[in-house]
Amino acid sequence: MTAPRLRIILYTVAALISLVGLAEATYLTVLSLTGETAVCGGSPDCFKVLGSVYAKLAGVPVALFGALAYFSAFSFATFAAFGYERAQKFFPVTVWIMFCVTLWLLFVQAFLLHAFCRYCLFSAAIIFLLAAIVVISPRAE
Amino acid sequence: MKRYLPFGIVAVVALLALGSGAMLYRAKRLPPLRISKDQIASGKENATSVHVRGNPKAQTTLEEFGDFECPPCGKLADPLKELERDYGDGLRMVFHHFPLITHRHAKEAASAAEAAGLQGRFWEMHDLLYKEQGVWSRAANVRVLFNAYAGMLGLNVERFKKDIDSEEVKTRVAADEKRGNTLGVTNTPTIFINDTAVPPTSLNPLGLRGAINDAVNNARQKDKAK
Repeated sequence: MTAPRLRIILYTVAALISLVGLAEATYLTVLSLTGETAVCGGSPDCFKVLGSVYAKLAGVPVALFGALAYFSAFSFATFAAFGYERAQKFFPVTVWIMFCVTLWLLFVQAFLLHAFCRYCLFSAAIIFLLAAIVVISPRAE
Repeated sequence: MKRYLPFGIVAVVALLALGSGAMLYRAKRLPPLRISKDQIASGKENATSVHVRGNPKAQTTLEEFGDFECPPCGKLADPLKELERDYGDGLRMVFHHFPLITHRHAKEAASAAEAAGLQGRFWEMHDLLYKEQGVWSRAANVRVLFNAYAGMLGLNVERFKKDIDSEEVKTRVAADEKRGNTLGVTNTPTIFINDTAVPPTSLNPLGLRGAINDAVNNARQKDKAK
């Protein structure tokens, strides 16, 4: 398989994976906006994480930033798959920023809150997959 | 044509994300729970099984369905006491147990509060359980801690140990759960001010104060209308 073809396939896969992340982050944003994360009712660990002070940044749900980040990753991956050169540069930058934020959120869950939320872990898995795609995709000439 | 295709795809996805988010938001924002007139807990006629703090004749009633192991309930415990102090005789507080099955010690904690209540120290145990939530909720054997709390509150510990497993205590907790289920409570804390549940987004000191002020003003207007 030629490098350009492999790149197109990987960017398409990345766009699809980002869509899954976007759906999940949108759902979590809605939960936060309706106040469902401010009460107990489902998984205690999830509510401990999503209802904590770390789940909001200046009053804005972190999940909303996640949704915007996933949408950016999806957009850049889509444009990159269609051969837009700038998007091929912006996509890895976006993914690495998301990767760093994910590491921080995993640290918060493990060492500050002592609880893991399954939604957050799923999101972390998605971002690790995106990072893996960035690592294995052949460099543009 | 192919050049513009990604713009179309991205625009469609943006619209779909916004649209589905808005639909989900509308679906999740259910109308607030209400207590019908025949279900209002007055706290006067059955004070032995309804825990009431404050003026029993107050025009405004704050009725909480709480779980001692629920962190948001714990966070609200101090603000609720502040409200009680600030509104004085104008506010009556009612507490009901609603231990969630996802919290492993919640039911035992509810029983501990009821057992303390049999010796006239329900609210003291209620406050202590919320204050020490971070300690006992992680403990493997909560009974040792609950017995220690009973001792701290000056209760007869031997009686407390017996009462915590008694049928009377179990019946009281079950009655509260039944009331919650009847009213449609699913989460904790669920707080009713007079007959209307406070939306989850307002379950904070500022939101509760606003809801109480609204209830007080409504009561005044009703009085004037009479």
